[in-house]
Amino acid sequence: MTSATSRQVPVPKPPTGTAPLPRPKPGPPAGTPVKVTGAQSLVRSLEAVGAEVVFGIPGGCILPAYDPLMDSTKVRHILVRHEQGAGHAAQGYAQATGKVGVCMATSGPGATNLVTPIADAYMDSVPIVAITGQVPRASIGTDAFQEADICGITMPITKHNVLVQSPEEIPSAIAEAFHIAATGRPGPVLVDIPKDCLTAETTFSWPPELRLPGYKPASRPHGKQVREAAKLISKAKRPVLYVGGGVLKARASEELRELAELTGIPVVTTLTARGAFPDSHRQHLGMPGMHGSVSAVGAMQRSDLLIALGARFDDRVTGQLDSFAPDATVVHADIDPAEISKNRKADVPIVGDCKQVIRELIDAVKAEHEDGHRADLSGWWVQCDSWKNTFPLGYDEPDDGMLSPQYVISRIGELVGPEAIYTSGVGQHQMWAAQFIQYERPGSWFNSAGLGTMGFAVPAAMGAKVGDPDRQVWAIDGDGCFQMTNQELATCAVEGIPVKIAVINNGNLGMVRQWQTLFYNQRYSNTDLGTHRFIPDFKLLGEALGCVAIRVTSPDEVDAAIKQAMEINDRPVVIDFIVGKDAQVWPMVAAGTGNHEIMHAREVRPLFDEDE
Amino acid sequence: MTVHTLSVLTENKPGVLARVAGLFSRRGFNIESLAVGPTEHPDISRMTIVVAVEELPLEQVTKQLNKLVNVIKIVELEMPQSVQRELLMVKVRADATVRTQVLETAALFRAKVVDVSPEALIIEATGTADKLEALLRMLEPYGIREMAQSGMVAIGRGARSITAASR
Repeated sequence: MTSATSRQVPVPKPPTGTAPLPRPKPGPPAGTPVKVTGAQSLVRSLEAVGAEVVFGIPGGCILPAYDPLMDSTKVRHILVRHEQGAGHAAQGYAQATGKVGVCMATSGPGATNLVTPIADAYMDSVPIVAITGQVPRASIGTDAFQEADICGITMPITKHNVLVQSPEEIPSAIAEAFHIAATGRPGPVLVDIPKDCLTAETTFSWPPELRLPGYKPASRPHGKQVREAAKLISKAKRPVLYVGGGVLKARASEELRELAELTGIPVVTTLTARGAFPDSHRQHLGMPGMHGSVSAVGAMQRSDLLIALGARFDDRVTGQLDSFAPDATVVHADIDPAEISKNRKADVPIVGDCKQVIRELIDAVKAEHEDGHRADLSGWWVQCDSWKNTFPLGYDEPDDGMLSPQYVISRIGELVGPEAIYTSGVGQHQMWAAQFIQYERPGSWFNSAGLGTMGFAVPAAMGAKVGDPDRQVWAIDGDGCFQMTNQELATCAVEGIPVKIAVINNGNLGMVRQWQTLFYNQRYSNTDLGTHRFIPDFKLLGEALGCVAIRVTSPDEVDAAIKQAMEINDRPVVIDFIVGKDAQVWPMVAAGTGNHEIMHAREVRPLFDEDE
Repeated sequence: MTVHTLSVLTENKPGVLARVAGLFSRRGFNIESLAVGPTEHPDISRMTIVVAVEELPLEQVTKQLNKLVNVIKIVELEMPQSVQRELLMVKVRADATVRTQVLETAALFRAKVVDVSPEALIIEATGTADKLEALLRMLEPYGIREMAQSGMVAIGRGARSITAASR
């Protein structure tokens, strides 16, 4: 039933520039063992496990796998231009679909080019499987051509990895990789396959036996701990729901909303959790952290109960750890027990999947309410609302008459709307995109949060668009980031993946420049990229890569350009927004300082410590 | 800082030792000693790891170790309830004039002589770190030519088995 071995069936490939192939669902996998090559076994395994798209580049050691891949009607291979693009595309695909993203590369440099997206997926818990070719078994350890110990290299940045030792192991290695990537706390898994295992004769049967005696992802949350948390919730005077990416991973947005509305507790959503709770909800205080809203940072700082759900007390959220939320009791729920009490000691640890945890919390809180235990949060809301009203997110129009980057990003959010998917690179544009676009639904915002990988936006948008072709996908990118991965626009143009790229072009490595302005006496060491002198010219570059390219330099052109881009669906669009270089990201908690020292704007401090 | 002895059961697969050792260095935990060997189950290996950490980091050590897919089980072995041993082989300068004294010292520590030459003896001893240290102190005046010492291995007292339910 699988088509990997049959060379008789010609498979239509999409002509360049057309819509993607309809993605057929995998049929029931074969039962009895069949004689195949290792490469066929790999492709059949991918089909059987339900992989529909693989992003990759062929090369010497992975070459045998590409032959049967050509015949597969179930697995679409998208030929990228750089392996890093394959990895980030797999991440975007995984986040858009909730399935495991797959990338493939050859040995040596192909594999090492996957290292950055693998590390990125590890930090942000994105389920991807990376399949790499390896030199033949007999050559391993001899410094053979294109040999790199990719299992050794990726050991600390994968959830698990494996070097396949024999062709018979291929089906179980693939099945185990997908199982490990997707279950528990999701993450990247790498499967390294020596070339001779791909060319050798073997047998294929499905399903293979999974043998993972040491892999036991968290089970149900502990009822006693949940009841303890509910007791604290019913008594707390200044509680905050500190929502992290785990809530999105657990698809628990509805449960979160129910819990928030049941308890009336203010909600903050971290950079990885934007969209887990609607921005328009009156209980939402915004994003916490280094560039979080004053209301979110202030509420956490002054809170007496932090209910952390799928969050990990990252240093960018806590600021200086020993002065973070000094009065707060901490309830910490996470699927990964190692996150609990890693940075901040949890008073009530709850190990479990957020969906399950929140459901049980809702029941436990209801029971508390029935017993008449319910905290009055009206005073707390007066305080939170006052922060919200006194220190709203905002920005000043630039003095130099240039276009304001925050204005551009706000308009994209307003015109494109909450049904789209937004991705971003890393830097000022990322923070503005997190702040000034309204996220109303889960799965609408993908960025590189933990690792902070510049260049994430374009390939992640590509992967997201492949995974969810009916949605508009907008990459909010910077001119620095864009120059790291824009080659994937050629992939998008050739494969028919019409993403929109908004380059917020301030001519500089903006975030670094902001730090140089604030902390290095305006000494701008190596931050001017020359992109305001049109090197490169993003309009020409976009066109050269097969996109429609538009340049915008003044506010009155912004809406028209966005609307024009929204109407183009036969190829990618690049909009080069030439913006001022002096705009800054505010609020800001300077690195190494405490969250009570948050600055709403330059030299404007809400003074949390002094208004006691 | 306190010293803890962890028995870690792992799958007997290539690269597991590297994963465990890499985890310790990456997370900034210090390994005092590490010994690895087979168990009564051919597909399970056992590592005995001695770490010196505070209580909270110890929790992190075991939680992070548990996240390794090849790690099956971790048990902390505490001192009175477990037997902990190291192996020492020491080559001591011992010509005819002092040989009797060296042999007497070895006998006091229930150590064995495993090699004799006109100039030197090789003494093999097992015991706790303290006992081996005491033996070395006694032998030092004669001149220690060379020594090799194993990491600690440990096993819980009583009839219960930590490997029994691990397959």
